[in-house]
Amino acid sequence: MLSVKKLNKSFGSLVVAQDIDLALPKGTRYALIGPNGAGKTTLINLVTGMLRPDSGQIFLGEGENQAEITALQPYRRVRQGLARTFQINTLFPRLTALESVTLAVLEREGHAHNWWRGLPAFGPAADEAASILGSLNVPAEKPTRELAYGQQRLLEIALALATRPRVLLLDEPAAGVPRDESAALFAAVENLSRELTVLFIEHDMNVVFRFASRIIVMVGGRILLEGTPDEIGRDERVREVYLGRSRHAA
Amino acid sequence: MAGASEQLARQVRWRPLETAFWLAALAPFAVAPSYLSLASQVAITALFALSLDLLVGYAGLVSLGHAAFFGFGAYSAGLIAKHCWSEPLSALVVSAALAGLLGYALSHIVVRFRHLALIMLTLGFGLLLLEAANSASALTGGADGLQGFRVPGVLGFKFDLYGRTAYAYSLLVLFLCFLVARRIIHSPFGLALRGIRENALRMPAIGSASQAHLRKAYTLSAALAGIAGALLTHTTSTVSLEVLSFGRSADVLVILILGGAGRLYGGILGAIIYMVARDQFSGVNPQYWYFWIGLLLVAVVMFLPNGILGGVSALRKKAQ
Amino acid sequence: MFSSLAAVLFDGFAYGMLLFLLSVGLSVTLGMMNFVNLAHCSFAMVGGYAAVTLANRFGWPFLATLPVAFIVAGAIAILLERLLFRRLYRASDLDQCLLTIGIVFISIAAFAWFYTTEQQSTQLPAFLQGSIQAGGMSFASYRLFLIVVALLVTGLLIAGIEHTRFGARVRAAVDNQRMARGLGIDVDRTFMLTFAIGGGLAGLGGALSIQVIGLDPSFALTFLVYVLIVVSVGGLGSIGGSFAAATVLGISDMAGKYYFPWLGAFLIYLVMVALLMWRPVGLFGRR
Repeated sequence: MLSVKKLNKSFGSLVVAQDIDLALPKGTRYALIGPNGAGKTTLINLVTGMLRPDSGQIFLGEGENQAEITALQPYRRVRQGLARTFQINTLFPRLTALESVTLAVLEREGHAHNWWRGLPAFGPAADEAASILGSLNVPAEKPTRELAYGQQRLLEIALALATRPRVLLLDEPAAGVPRDESAALFAAVENLSRELTVLFIEHDMNVVFRFASRIIVMVGGRILLEGTPDEIGRDERVREVYLGRSRHAA
Repeated sequence: MAGASEQLARQVRWRPLETAFWLAALAPFAVAPSYLSLASQVAITALFALSLDLLVGYAGLVSLGHAAFFGFGAYSAGLIAKHCWSEPLSALVVSAALAGLLGYALSHIVVRFRHLALIMLTLGFGLLLLEAANSASALTGGADGLQGFRVPGVLGFKFDLYGRTAYAYSLLVLFLCFLVARRIIHSPFGLALRGIRENALRMPAIGSASQAHLRKAYTLSAALAGIAGALLTHTTSTVSLEVLSFGRSADVLVILILGGAGRLYGGILGAIIYMVARDQFSGVNPQYWYFWIGLLLVAVVMFLPNGILGGVSALRKKAQ
Repeated sequence: MFSSLAAVLFDGFAYGMLLFLLSVGLSVTLGMMNFVNLAHCSFAMVGGYAAVTLANRFGWPFLATLPVAFIVAGAIAILLERLLFRRLYRASDLDQCLLTIGIVFISIAAFAWFYTTEQQSTQLPAFLQGSIQAGGMSFASYRLFLIVVALLVTGLLIAGIEHTRFGARVRAAVDNQRMARGLGIDVDRTFMLTFAIGGGLAGLGGALSIQVIGLDPSFALTFLVYVLIVVSVGGLGSIGGSFAAATVLGISDMAGKYYFPWLGAFLIYLVMVALLMWRPVGLFGRR
């Protein structure tokens, strides 16, 4: 569903992505793990178009419907079905959760350019937004900045889901979420449609082993290896990468 | 789920306080007939501030050169009256279209930038237009201004010395443009603009072509500013270089912030307070006027960042 | 023909050096803190009026007023920074613009109150009056003096930036503020001192400009545009960029006034807009 061929990116002498090759089949749950600075978020930025690669190609879709998106602007990739969440909450502070998600739905439906009809005329969009928020248990009427941190993380996911993606990239969805709110978050991740291809960056190994069917390990801008949780768990190199370095807060 | 639409509809509803406000706007005819020409100026400035609000308050852009569109509309209306025809309403439409076109053209450049580059570009375009008007004196009259034309009246009503027709005209146009602005703000496009203001980074991530949105906002804002400029020309039958000056751009920004940006009525409120105060203190040396405005700006930014309307709504929230 | 070209270049370069002194402080502090300080030229005004007061009221010789102009302007800069500006480092561009515009208005009114709106002037020492003959052309002594002072200051700034500990801290803070803080550099203090030096330089520029462009309370606004052009075209946080941009602007302005007087300032604004469109971070700026 999402594939990447020989993606490269450096900033001067700092290589942040080297010969990245990926192929994510439809419906799989991938975890992307690796130490800080390995280039995981950079990879998401490259795939979504926020960073331009030095070389390489990115494809979205599979079989006959596969299209190269390397040259597409970020918003066009979203319209093609590639959505992401941000590691640090990147939300609309003074908009309510309902307004935020409704906006995403309206953009998807191509109504956002309409400056003549009032918002109440777009009931179906608002209803869809409300149901997405309802399924994630995020209160709809509060301004985003008044939501609890865990609810804001859920809103991040809601915004991405509102774009009806085929591929969803989650950047540390549980980052910073306190224990008592993380259950809701994990439930949300678990309930993601099986039609959706998901790649998530995560540091918490419990989360990784619980949700991922395949794991990719990235170190220093390269993919070290890829495999099932079992294979990764037993691999010597992975242990070295994680246990050979000092522990750091996620 | 009726709840969602209900919530959105609630924000869009016309409030009784608003009706009261617009009815009160008719008061000057009865209670202050000698101030009608000031009232026209207030209405024109309010429209100008409203147009800037679309950019600053709703889209979150900074513009230090909005007088460019105001002045472009003013000169367009003046040139039409001088060389083409003296009917104002059609001239208003043409001026709006021309100013909007200028806004559209400039928007392709401006929306690609942020921060200092954006500030400088908006400032630069304003100054460029001023210089161009100054130099093209054969067309614009240069430093002497555009003279030698008169707009006798509108829809059969003459512009008289008392300013009755002028105020009725300005108020009506302001109200109609206000309705348009209100529509824009409560539309999906308005929501998109607010999204850009709240977090420009998130917008492409939800599939939004934000630069297209911003270009449209610029165009609409320029057209509205152009209407305000044309109104000034029609009600005073002159155009001076001052309509393109940095002073005008700075004044309208101060007015908008004073009233409260992003709150629909902020520009109108700011215009009323500013223009009335300036009229009251007009005997005072202009230097000292700018002292108090400077102090007010510092105070507003430090203590009342959402302007007067923002302060009022914060007080109401506390009272709840 | 050649002599008029040389004259334009010389006068333009001198004017550019003046612009450099007025702008360099803003460029560095903008690059460091991203604080849009539109009141920068008010510091220039402070320096100018300080010099005028010392010279005309207390009879100080011109050269002696210059360091005082630097110090007084720098002191006012620190005062404003500590009291007001530092609360707005995280504020929006708009808020910073508005606050500093407010300060500009206040300063204009204050100086109009104390000094009236008349043009101020100072008495130059004999050796700075008149001109020097060389190669068949005459060069105004004062303009030469301007160039020498500016080049001296440039040399001191570059030496300071490259070879002192403080300079290293400045460079680090401009490059990456968060990282600099993480390394234990007291960014706030570094910034305050940089702000003071920048303001002081503006004050020096203000004092020096009396003879060339005059001084009245509207100075803070009239020159703001030119200073902003130098800073945005030169690139934020770059001394070399300010130098280059100021030189280009000074010479273009002179050339424009001499060869295309009907264009007015149009050329300058057009060049600025074009340059910014091509390189929004300025010629020597960094993202």
